[in-house]
Amino acid sequence: MNSAAVIETLGRIVPGASFEIGTSIDFPTIYVPPDRLVETCTALRDTADLRFDFLVEVTAVDYLPRDPRYEVVYHLVSTSNRLRLRLKVRVPDGGAVPTVMSVWPAAGWPEREVWDMFGISIDGHPDLRRLLMPEDWEGHPQRKDYPVQIRQPPKIYEPLQISEEEFRTNLERDRMARLEH
Amino acid sequence: MGNESEIEIPVLTTTVEKMVQWARRSAIWPVTFGLACCAIEMMAMAASRYDVARFGAEVFRGSPRQADLMIVAGRLSRKMAPALRRIYDQMPEPKWVISMGACASIGGVFDNYAIVQGVDQVVPVDVFVPGCPPRPESLIYGIVQLQQKIARTKI
Repeated sequence: MNSAAVIETLGRIVPGASFEIGTSIDFPTIYVPPDRLVETCTALRDTADLRFDFLVEVTAVDYLPRDPRYEVVYHLVSTSNRLRLRLKVRVPDGGAVPTVMSVWPAAGWPEREVWDMFGISIDGHPDLRRLLMPEDWEGHPQRKDYPVQIRQPPKIYEPLQISEEEFRTNLERDRMARLEH
Repeated sequence: MGNESEIEIPVLTTTVEKMVQWARRSAIWPVTFGLACCAIEMMAMAASRYDVARFGAEVFRGSPRQADLMIVAGRLSRKMAPALRRIYDQMPEPKWVISMGACASIGGVFDNYAIVQGVDQVVPVDVFVPGCPPRPESLIYGIVQLQQKIARTKI
């Protein structure tokens, strides 16, 4: 199944959305408009011909002089139909993409990584914190205009103790998370 | 030994300082702490082929409270630095640090925002072992150098 066939199948389920074929050398690639992303992902997962049940990776690319500046990339696999698909979403500087956690819960951490590394906001993400860098880090390192070398002394102390209030809040949050599932 | 029937008393005389130095350098217990690929060479050093037990430093301890040597084996990220410092602070005195490999010593190939450019910014280092990664022989040499340093240390 090539990109055109995927778009043709999607066109019937997600009417009105303008998909584009992206260039690639390995497997089909399509561009998705950000406002129809969640709808498209749900269709990709639930349509019998496609059934992309596995989200491999969410990442992003910074094409600095270009506008829109970023592309968020989703890699999908259909284990039952033996298909692979790459979705791309164009995002301008300071823009955001909706979270696809409602479709694939596994998107949680990769989307946090996209936020951490590129500063692309993820709308509707329940826990949008930094994943790789320290929580008080300034800037988003994978951006093309980020300095590679930073000369500053490393932080060598982090308080171990948390206040009783923080402890209770954490307990309560964990309890609520367990109740929801 | 004029009279062969006289029983020789097995006694060695020394000073307290020399005895303490001997005891400290002969049983260095490193903390089990590896950060990257250098840790593989550190494990090889402890295993049968290189066998650092010959030099009395083979008892890797899982708890920093039982260890007196920290081998910083690998690149130290800025996020890891507070954790490394905390492990060092939990080790009882006297304690020593070996900075193993180029990354731990000066940042190595990782001259970037994420990696601490030399662990001497975080903990006091006694011996730097060069290499990328250092072979187990190099690390054993580093431990022997540390033993000599301990033997020179006044108490």
